[in-house]
Amino acid sequence: MATITASQAASARAGRKPVRRDGSSVRLVSYLQATPLVLILGGFLLLPILMIGVVSFWDYDFAAMYPDLVTFNYTETLGSWVTWKTYLNTLKFAFLVWAITLFFGFWVAYFLAFHVRSAAMQMVLFLVCTVPFLTSNIIRMISWIPVLGRNGLINSALMEAGIVNEPVEWLLYSDFAVVLAMVHLYTLFMVTPIFNTLMRIDRTLLEAARDAGASSWQTLLNVVIPLAKPGMAIGTIFVVTLVMADFSTVQVMSGGQSASVALMMKNQMSLLQYPAAAANAVVLLALVLLMVAGILRIVDIRKEL
Amino acid sequence: MSKASEIDIASVTKVYGTTTAVEAISLKIPGGTYCCLLGPSGCGKTSTLRMIAGHETISSGDVRLGNIVVTDLPPARRGTAMMFQSYALFPHLDLVDNVAFSLKMKGVPKPERQAKAMEMLELMELQAYATRKPAQLSGGQQQRVALARALITNPQALLLDEPLSALDPFLKVRMRAELKKLQTSLGITFVHVTHSQEEAMALADLIVVMNDGRIEQAAPPRTVFEQPATAFVARFMGDHNVISGRITDHRNGVMTIAVPQGGTFVAWDNSTPFSETADFAIRTDRVRIGTEDINGLGFTGSVSNIEYRGASVKLTVAGAGLEDFTILLRDRDFFANPIRVGEALPLCWEREDVIVLGRTQH
Repeated sequence: MATITASQAASARAGRKPVRRDGSSVRLVSYLQATPLVLILGGFLLLPILMIGVVSFWDYDFAAMYPDLVTFNYTETLGSWVTWKTYLNTLKFAFLVWAITLFFGFWVAYFLAFHVRSAAMQMVLFLVCTVPFLTSNIIRMISWIPVLGRNGLINSALMEAGIVNEPVEWLLYSDFAVVLAMVHLYTLFMVTPIFNTLMRIDRTLLEAARDAGASSWQTLLNVVIPLAKPGMAIGTIFVVTLVMADFSTVQVMSGGQSASVALMMKNQMSLLQYPAAAANAVVLLALVLLMVAGILRIVDIRKEL
Repeated sequence: MSKASEIDIASVTKVYGTTTAVEAISLKIPGGTYCCLLGPSGCGKTSTLRMIAGHETISSGDVRLGNIVVTDLPPARRGTAMMFQSYALFPHLDLVDNVAFSLKMKGVPKPERQAKAMEMLELMELQAYATRKPAQLSGGQQQRVALARALITNPQALLLDEPLSALDPFLKVRMRAELKKLQTSLGITFVHVTHSQEEAMALADLIVVMNDGRIEQAAPPRTVFEQPATAFVARFMGDHNVISGRITDHRNGVMTIAVPQGGTFVAWDNSTPFSETADFAIRTDRVRIGTEDINGLGFTGSVSNIEYRGASVKLTVAGAGLEDFTILLRDRDFFANPIRVGEALPLCWEREDVIVLGRTQH
C-alpha cells in the first residue's frame, strides 16, 4: 500500500506544472510580456480616441481651440438636419455596398471553396482576387473615370452600338459610381472570411445532406449558408466599418454631389472646426460600435477566431 | 419483415483516374443480413459501400436493391441510408433538427417531422438531449443520433462506414452489441465497413473479406475462420499459421510441399492444383506440443518469443524454414510445463487441422 501511495505522489508531482517560487517576479515577467501590446494599443488607439473625446467638448473659433467643457459641438451636430441626412446617406451606402459585396463575395468564395478542386488552383485564383490590391486605392478609383465618364468606354460603346443617343449621365459622379467603386474596393474583404469558413465545412456534411435527399439548393440553404454565417459576419464588420469611415471614394466618385459622415468631418477640419469634427467622430464611433455589437449578437463569430 | 430486400452487386468496378479501386466484384447480400466488408485500408471496401450508397459513381457494372437497379439513382432515392465515419452531424442544428433533416427536405410539415424525430430519439434513448447541439454530446451519443438520422427514412438497407472507429475500446464493444440488437429488431440489411476482424466476427452474418479491390472470400464468419479461402484471408483473420511451399508430390489425395530451405509438410487434398506452389493454414490453437505421428504434420523449432495473454500463452517458434510460427497454449497447459525462450520444441497437429488454401484468381 505504501509503495502505491509513494508512486502516486511521484506521478502527481511529475504531472504538475513547475512550482511558482516567487510570486512577485512571475507577475513582473507577465507585465513585461504584456508591455509591448499595451504601448502600441495605448499609444496608437486609446490615447488618440481619448483625445478626440476630450477635444469634442472644447470651444473653438476660426483660429484656435479653447479647452473647455461645452456640449454645443454635439447639440449642433445632432440638431442639424444636414447631419441626419448625411448619416442616412452614409448608412444607405453602407447597406447597398454590404448587400452587393455579400452577394458577390459569397458566390466567389463558394466557387473557390467548392468548385475549384485542386488546392493549387484555389491558391492561384485567390491570388488573382487580390491583384487589384497591388495598386493604390486612389488609382483604382480614378481608373473608373475613363470607363464611366461622359466620353468613357461604356458610353462610347453604347453610343456606337446605337443603344443610346446621348451619353448616360448617371454612370459617373453619382451614387451609382460611389457604390460601384466601393464594391470594387471592398468585395475581397467579404470573400476572404467567407472562403475561410467554407473551407472549414466538413465535406461529409454535404454528402450527409445529399444522403438525406437534399437538393443542391436545399443543401446550400440548410447547411452551407448557416455554417458560413460567422464568415459573413466578419466580412460584414469589415465592409460596414470601411464604408462608414470612407470619404475619398464618396468625394471622387460622386464628384462632390454626395456626402458621407467622414467627408463631412473632413470638411469641418479643413475649416479648422476640430472640436465639431471630433464630436462627429465620437457619434460615428458610437454608431459603428453599436452596429458591430448588433452583428455579434446575431452571429457567434468566436468559433472563427 | 418484408421491406428488407436483397442487395445485388454485379461485376461492379470503380476506377479513379488510372488506379482501379474496385475490380469487377460481384456479391449478393440477402435481405435482412448483417454484412461486414472487411479488409485493410485501401482494399476498396469503402468505395464499394459508397457505390451502394450512391455517393460514388459506378465505373461499370450494376447495383440492384430488391427489384430495382439503383446504379443511376441519387442516394436518397435508393432506399438506403448511410451512416458516416465521423457521423457528419450538422453542427448548427439541435438533435431534433438533425434527425428530422431528411423529412424537412421532403417538405414534411414541422410539427409532424418533429414528432417523428422525437420518436426516433426516444428509440435511441436520447429524448432528454433533444435540444442540444451535437458538439455537446459524447461519441457514443453522437453515434446514436447519426443512427436515428439514418433510420428516420425507413431505409431498406443501412450502410455504415467504419461506425465504431471513432469510439474508445470500451464503448466500441458496447455500441457493437447495440448495433447488432438494432439490426435484429429492425430486420433490415446492414452493410458495415470495418478493418477489424474481431468486429466483423462479432457482428456479421456474412463476412466479405476484400483485398486490393477484389473479394477474397464471402461467407459466414465461422466458414471464414475455419475454412479461409486464401492465404490473405487466413493471415488477415489472424490466429492462423500460413505455410507456403513448392509442391513436391501430389498423389492419392495427399499433397506434399517443401518450404524453401526447410521442412516438408503434407495435407489431404483432392483438388487439382493450379500452380506449382501451395499454401497451408493451421490454426494456432490446434498446434500441440509433441512429436508428429505422420511425417509432415509437425516440426521441431526453437522458441523465439513468449507472450502471456491471461487465459492463454502465445509462443512464437522458428524452425523448418518457418520464421514465426505461432502456437496458442492454454495457460494451464503452459504453466504445468513451462517453456523458456531458446528451447527446442517439437510441434504437431492433426491431419484434419491442415487447410489447403486457394489462390485468388487474378
